[in-house]
Amino acid sequence: MKFKNKADEGCEVSESDDGLNPELLEALRDFRLSVCAWSEAAMNRPRAVVEVGRRWSWQLATALTLGCVLIAGGVSGGVYRHFHWQRTAGWVQKQETKIAETHAVEPERQAVAQRNQQTHEEEEDLLAKVDSDVSRQVPAAMEPLAQLMAEDESR
Amino acid sequence: MAAGTVMGAMTMATADEIAAEDFSAVVTKHRLQIFRFLLSSTRDVDLAETLTQDCFLKAHRNWASFRGESSTMTWLMRIAINLQKDHWRNRRMQFWRQTQTHSVDLDEASEWLPSGERSVEQKLLARERVGQVAKVVEKLSKRQRTVFLLRYVEEMELSEIAQATGLSLGTVKAHLSRAVARVRVEVGEKR
Repeated sequence: MKFKNKADEGCEVSESDDGLNPELLEALRDFRLSVCAWSEAAMNRPRAVVEVGRRWSWQLATALTLGCVLIAGGVSGGVYRHFHWQRTAGWVQKQETKIAETHAVEPERQAVAQRNQQTHEEEEDLLAKVDSDVSRQVPAAMEPLAQLMAEDESR
Repeated sequence: MAAGTVMGAMTMATADEIAAEDFSAVVTKHRLQIFRFLLSSTRDVDLAETLTQDCFLKAHRNWASFRGESSTMTWLMRIAINLQKDHWRNRRMQFWRQTQTHSVDLDEASEWLPSGERSVEQKLLARERVGQVAKVVEKLSKRQRTVFLLRYVEEMELSEIAQATGLSLGTVKAHLSRAVARVRVEVGEKR
C-alpha cells in the first residue's frame, strides 16, 4: 500500500492497493476525510477559556458544597451525640438520686409507721381501760328501781 | 583562550537557537497530525488538545536527545501513544476526579464529511458508512484501534506503526488484520 499524503500534504487520500475491496476502501476513505475535516475544524475553533473556567468553578463549587455538607453533618452529629449523651447521663443520675433517696427515707418511714402503730395501740388500751372503769362505777340500769321495790316490801 | 570561550558560548547559543527554530518547525508541521490521531482515538476535543500540548512539551524536553533513529513523526507519535496510555491508566485509577466524559457522539463526528461533488444520496450513503466505521473503531481494543487509525487515518507504513507503538511488525499486521476484518463485516453486513 503506497500512501502519498502525509500531514503536510492535507487530507486527500491516494488510491491504494491494500487488497481491500472498493466498497471498504471507499468507507475508509470517507472515514479519513471526516476525521481530517473534524480535526481541522476542532483545531481552528475559537478557544473557550471561560467555559473551562466555568467548568472548573462548577466542579470546585460542587466539591465545596459536598465538603460543607459533610462537615456540617459531622459537626451536627457530634453535637447531637454529645447532648444525647448528656441527657442520658442526667436521666441516669436523676434515677440514681431518686433510688438513693428512696433508700434513705425508707427506715425513717418505717420508724414513723411503727411509732404511729404504737401510739394507736396505747390509745386503744387507754380507751378500753376507761370503758371498763366507767362500766364498774355505773350501776345496773334497773338497780334503783329494784332498791325502791325492796324498801317498799320491807315496809 | 578568552576568545575561544566567547566563540564557544556563541556557538552554543547559535546551536540552541537553531534547535529552537527546528523544533518550532516540527511543531508547525506535525501538530495537526498528532492532534488528529489523538482526536480520532479519544473523540474528545479538549482531551486531544491537552494531550497534544503534553506531547510537544515532552518532545521539547527530549529534543536534544532525539537521535533521529526514526522519523520525527514516528517519534512524536510514540510519545502521543504513551501519553494516551498514561491517560487511560490514570483515568482508571482516578475515576472519581472527573465523572463525565466529553467525548463526541459518533453521529456528530460523521457529520464532518466534506460534501465535495456528490449527490445528496451519495452524501447520505457516505455519512452512513462513516458512522458504521466509527462505531466499529470505537468497539476495537485500544491496541487495534491505535494500529487501525495510524494505518488508515494517518497513513503510516506498517514499519513506522511498529516503531511508534513498540510492537513487532507481525503483531501490527495481526491487529490490523483483525480490525479490518471487523470493519469489513460491519460495513458489509449493513449493505
